[in-house]
This record gives sequence, C-alpha cells and structure tokens, in this order.
Amino acid sequence: MTSPSQTAVTQTDPSGLGPEGLRKVKDRKGGELVGRSPGQLMWIRFKRDRTGVISGCVVLAFFLIGLLAPLISKLYGKDPYTRYGQITPGLLVNGYPAQPNGGISAEFWFGIEPTLGRDVFMQLVYGIRTTLYLSVAITLVSVLTAIVLGVAAGYFGGRVDYFIGRVIDLLMAFPNQLFFVAFVPVVGAIFVAPEDAMATWMRCLILILVLWFLGWMSLARLLRGTTLSLREREFIDAAKVSGASPARIIRRELLPNVMTPILVQTTYMLPSFVTSIAGLSFLGVGLVEPTPDWGRMFANAADYYRNDITYLFFPGIAMVLFIVVFNLLGDSVRDAFDPKRAR
Amino acid sequence: MSAPEDALVPAPRPAAAGPGEVLLTARGLTKHFPIMAGFPFKRRVGAVQAVDGIDLTVHSGETFGLVGESGCGKSTTGRLLTRLLEPTAGSITYRDRDITHAGRKELAPVRSEIQMIFQDPYSSLNPRQTVGTIIGGPMEINGIDPEGGREHRVRELLEIVGLNPEHYNRFPHEFSGGQRQRIGVARALALEPKLIVADEPVSALDVSIQAQVVNLLQELQRELNIAFLFIAHDLAIVRHFSQRVAVMYLGKIVEVGDRDSIYQRPRHPYTHALLSAVPEARLLDAQEEADDRERIRLAGDVPSPINPPSGCRFRTRCWKARDKCAAEEPPLVQITGSVGGHLTACHFPEEPTTAARDEDIVLDPALAAIEDAVPGPAAADEGS
Repeated sequence: MTSPSQTAVTQTDPSGLGPEGLRKVKDRKGGELVGRSPGQLMWIRFKRDRTGVISGCVVLAFFLIGLLAPLISKLYGKDPYTRYGQITPGLLVNGYPAQPNGGISAEFWFGIEPTLGRDVFMQLVYGIRTTLYLSVAITLVSVLTAIVLGVAAGYFGGRVDYFIGRVIDLLMAFPNQLFFVAFVPVVGAIFVAPEDAMATWMRCLILILVLWFLGWMSLARLLRGTTLSLREREFIDAAKVSGASPARIIRRELLPNVMTPILVQTTYMLPSFVTSIAGLSFLGVGLVEPTPDWGRMFANAADYYRNDITYLFFPGIAMVLFIVVFNLLGDSVRDAFDPKRAR
Repeated sequence: MSAPEDALVPAPRPAAAGPGEVLLTARGLTKHFPIMAGFPFKRRVGAVQAVDGIDLTVHSGETFGLVGESGCGKSTTGRLLTRLLEPTAGSITYRDRDITHAGRKELAPVRSEIQMIFQDPYSSLNPRQTVGTIIGGPMEINGIDPEGGREHRVRELLEIVGLNPEHYNRFPHEFSGGQRQRIGVARALALEPKLIVADEPVSALDVSIQAQVVNLLQELQRELNIAFLFIAHDLAIVRHFSQRVAVMYLGKIVEVGDRDSIYQRPRHPYTHALLSAVPEARLLDAQEEADDRERIRLAGDVPSPINPPSGCRFRTRCWKARDKCAAEEPPLVQITGSVGGHLTACHFPEEPTTAARDEDIVLDPALAAIEDAVPGPAAADEGS
C-alpha cells in the first residue's frame, strides 16, 4: 500500500526529478535544493481548497472566541452572570424582554434571557468557551488513548492485539448516549457525597471521563489497521536490520505515517464531542447553573420558545454553523491528504 | 545519472577477513510458520515449511546467488540470515559467533556487519523521512559518528551510489524506482557491512534500470570487498553477478556449486528444467538453426509447503522419479562426474550438459496436446 501523498506526487511528477514538477525551496546553505515533505505537500493542497480554507478560518474564529471570552467580555462591558433584566427595571415585562426580538438592542446584541435577564451574547460566548474546552480535552485524551492502544495492538499483534481488540468490541457494544446519561450521575456519586455540592471542575472531569471512556475506540481500531499494514512494509524491516529498538521504530517510523488518519479522525471527533456535551447538558446531566453552557441554553430555550424564539435562535445557529464548518474542514483535510479520492 | 565508478569510492577498508574466509554459515536452517485454527482456543494444526533444513556458507568478498521459483523460501532464508525471522531449528554462525537465537542487544555488534537491500524500493523507504534521515538512520541507531560528521558521510554515500549529494533533503517520493533502490543501497552501506543480503534487489525495476543497479552492486563489491547473498528468480542476473549459486526448491537447496558448473553442467533435474525455461530472445530463423538447448516443460505447480511430498520434494514433477525418490530423501552431496564443491541432492542425476536432448521433455498435458495438434517448424519444413 502506498501512502496517498506519495502516490499523488508520483502522479504529478513521474520523473521524480523534473525541474518544473518540483517547486524547489531555497535553503539557507548556499541555495541547496530542499525537497517537500508529504506534510508540506498536504498543506499546499489544502491551501488550494477554498472550502477548506474558509471552514478553517471559521473554526479558528470559534476557538478564538472561546479563548478570548474574557477579553470580549471586557470590551463588551458585560459578563454572563449578572442578571441585567432584574437589576434594570423596564427590560423585562412579566419575565419576557420588553423590546421586540428578544430584547435585541445596541446594548444587548443578542437580546436578554427571559426570567433571569442575563445577556445572551455573553452566555453564548462563555458557553462556547466551556464546551470547546471540554471537547478539546476529551479529544486529546481519546486520541492519545487511541494512539497508544491502537498502535500497540497493530505493532505487537498476537495476544496484545487480541486483548485490545476484544476490549474495543466490548466498549463499542455500549449504547453511547444512554450510557452517558446513566453514568454521569453514577460516576459523580462515586467521587462526591450526594449531600455535598459538586465543584464545577469535578463536573468537568466527570464529563471528560465518561465521554473519553466511549470515545477512543473507533480511532484506535483505525490506527490498529493502519499500523498492521505499515508493519509489513520493508522500511520497518530495514530499521530492524539496523538494530532499531521497538520504541524507536514506533516513534520514528510508524507514528509519522499514521498522522494522516489521526488528523482526519480528530477533525471528525471534536464536533461529535461538542454535540454530545450539548446533548448531555440539554438532558440535564451536564454542567449546571451558573456555569455558562452552550447545551444548557437549548434546554432553557425549550421552556421559552413559544413566547420568545430569539433565545433559541442564536445558540442554534452558532451550533449548526460550528458543526457544519468543522465537518467540512474534516473533509478538506482528508482530501488534502488523499488527493486521489474524487469528490 | 552520474557514473558511480568515479574515484569517489573510498579506499577499500583493510580486509579483516581475507577472501575465502568463512563469514556466515547456516546449518540445518529451518523455518516453519505455524498454522493456527480452532475456536475458541486456537491450536496448531500444521505448519508452512517455508525453509526446511538448508546448509549454506558465504565466504567473505564472494557473491552467493540463491535462485528458485516464487514461494520456494528464498526470501525467508534471507530474512532468517539477517535475523528478521526467528529460526525454528538449525543454527546460524557469523564468524564463529552463534547468532541463531541472539536477542536485539546481543545482535548489535553483528547488525552493522550484515545489512540488507530490499525488494520493493517503494515500500523500503519511509515516505516521511528525508533521504538524509533514511541513510543516516542506521548510523544514528548504532551510535556511529564518522569523521566529518554523519551528514558528510551521507553525502559521500549518495555520491558512491551515483546520486547527487544535494538530494540530501529530498523525500523518497521525489525519486524514481531505480534512484530509490540506490538510496536503499546507500542505507545498507552506511554501516560499512561485510555481508549484504540482497533480497531480489532488482526484480521490481525496469530492465534497463536493473542493469544499472546490478552493475552498481558489482562495483561496490569489487571496491569495498563486501560479500553478497544475492536472492533472485532471474537466472541471467544471478549468473552475471554470482560466483557461487544455490538452487532452491520448496524450502530445500537441491543443488549448489560454482556458477559455471551450475549453469553449464547442472545435475539436478530441477536445475535443468529451470535453465531450459529461460526465454531467449533470438530471431526465428536463428532459432531453427541453432536451438541447441534442451527443452523441458514441467507440469503443474510447486506442491504446497504445508504438506510437502515425501522423500525428494521434486519427485511429483520429475520425469525420472521412481519409488526410491518417494521413500528416501536424497542427501546434498557431490556426485560422480561433478567438479569439487558442486553438490546435488538427487538419486538419479542428469548428464552434466544443457545441450538438446533427443526428445523434448514435455510433462504439461496441455502443452503436449498443442504440440501434437500443431506441427512444429521442423515438421512443417519436412512437409514442404
């Protein structure tokens, strides 16, 4: 099996050394010719993909919003906790915003929350922040677990592979959402006595733990397969003949070659974790008040939407945009790595 | 492509092992791959007897060719000798050091002396590493710091194998098959080995490139006094390159000897069949006049190595097979009429010649039927 990037180049440059086929980079050392790594070629192809670049920018914007939430709060002059509607008379009438469209005004860009009267824009920005923090953390631990177990299963084979394979089968048999809903309170009860209030960080940790537990298997299985096919390739034998240790072979020979599936899968995993976290919050087992949370905004909005749809509108649009754009980015990343796959 | 034979090759290292000294010895080397089946507990139900008790010796500075059909265990032998595979039985000795079951750490000093060139230049180079990293890797692993630094040495090696040293920072995908194979050769040379196991190093290349690579290997051998174990199925290339040749059939060496002895005075029926199967590019007219070669066309396939025939393994396809062949396994010995060092494992050896026989041996029923139906060129001539 030839790697996708490799076949791509042999297609465009069959001679391998044609001076036009390769755009050469001038190196510092006396203008020596430097080849382009498969990673660099992927980046060049990605930059040509307009959908990918736009999606990438939007995704980056989401992450920046999450990261810079305190700065936005300072510039905007409001925070997600203050109940503006209750402390300023006239903003809320009978619990609902007095002004049309959910109270959108120059002061409250996305309107104010019914009943509590908090600022929707700030709620959304901070909600995005917590959700993205959580999903990035879950993605990281899941990818790491998948790399360790998947590559180990593929490389060592035999009993190790058999054991890890059965564990993956077992975990894949669990119904995801049901497990999450059932186990978040259970795991919580293990760590915190029921009469005590649970700290926010503890809740986050439990969410990460539960979602990670059922989140790593598909990537691990993919990496196992990739490693299995890579292991048979002769450059691994060449490293062995030179006396390389298994650790070195995995680190230097295998891992760089499985970066492609890791990157592609990660861009698909992260949005799915975002929706899972939002789903859990919607069902009431995620983060609780007063921590701002994207998913819980939907739960709250469900109470109000008959009288005030605006409150559902903004988090909904933001969520749809984020998921669609992130998945498009994933497609573009995959295409950039595998240009042979026709679209 | 610049010629490799310029004065770039460094002076031959002081030959610690003089020519003729025994470098590598295999005795009764055996590799059986177990076949596991059953549920829920897998049991061993059989074994693929890929290599079954072969003896061979490689002397320093010589080229030892190993030929045979696909699936006869040539590559497995090569992998056993480089210890990529663990032998089931037998022993491998490298310069009086038993490396049959040596672990990675014990092998370390021998590793740098036995290197390997691989068959597929497309899968033998890591696509994510630069040429410099690939060739410098073995030095890094073995902690070798040559004079002038590793990068300098890698550039030197690139020049030795006929590549531009400026390709140091290129990636494998930027090279053609022949150039990739040269990179593989440079990697094998990086540790200054005494023995290189070349596992079909040119069979994945175009014919024109094959010649270049074979000539490069020959040049290197002459300059650096490296012994080669040259595994190939192409008889012409083995003849061109090797001093001694062993013929393998179904996991066993059936005949071994000097090149000329094997190619001109073969004794084993299988060697005869193999040599007669080599196609020769000749004009039709010339063929009619001077087809002085024997014609042997075997029937059927190589039997399964899971359940090889008893006695002589070639007997199922041999035209001379008798009861003795099934009962008794022929030992690999020198038979009367052979020159010294020419060993053959056969109860009923052939005459030591490759000249045409009175009657062609055509065991393939389909081929025989065609020959009967269509009169050959000679018969047509007679008719007219």
